Amino acid sequence: MTDIHALIDSEIKSNDVILFMKGTPQFPQCGFSGQVVQILDHLGVTYKGINVLESAEMRQGIKDYSNWPTTPQLYIKGEFIGGCDIVREMFQAGELQTQLETSGVAVKSAS
Amino acid sequence: MPMAANDIETMIKDALPDAQIEIKDLAGDGDHYSATIVSSAFAGKSKVQQHQMVYAALKGNMGGALHALALTTRSE
Repeated sequence: MTDIHALIDSEIKSNDVILFMKGTPQFPQCGFSGQVVQILDHLGVTYKGINVLESAEMRQGIKDYSNWPTTPQLYIKGEFIGGCDIVREMFQAGELQTQLETSGVAVKSAS
Repeated sequence: MPMAANDIETMIKDALPDAQIEIKDLAGDGDHYSATIVSSAFAGKSKVQQHQMVYAALKGNMGGALHALALTTRSE
């Protein structure tokens, strides 16, 4: 396991909800990352944001780790949930709230 | 080098012959598309797996030549 792979793996395993994104939750630097941040903030979920723009190794490493060619990438309790499309689709269907709750992650508003 | 919509369609059809594909150019720059894809091959697969099948069909172009492809996948 490469260093970056091990770092990604440990971050994913030590944070209930983690979002690999472009920019930070406070300052997203990509529309798609910003959409996922909005959804998580709307649900009042506590999560960690990792800015893949800070390291080319991280930016490529996360794509290799999940076999997913883009960011953002959302993980809940170690499971890869998806990118912007899937997270938005799940949120609109109420499935994201269900996934979070069944994973034991506090959700502020279920709407 | 951006991709043309019909190249995207051809690549997906090669991998998913029964796919019904609707592609929209979101920005007119050959870089931002949305695509709705219906294929029986998606049946029983998770959303992540369905999208990974489409990315595999695009043979590494996704995230490179193709910056954004908003995907909606259904099995029927």
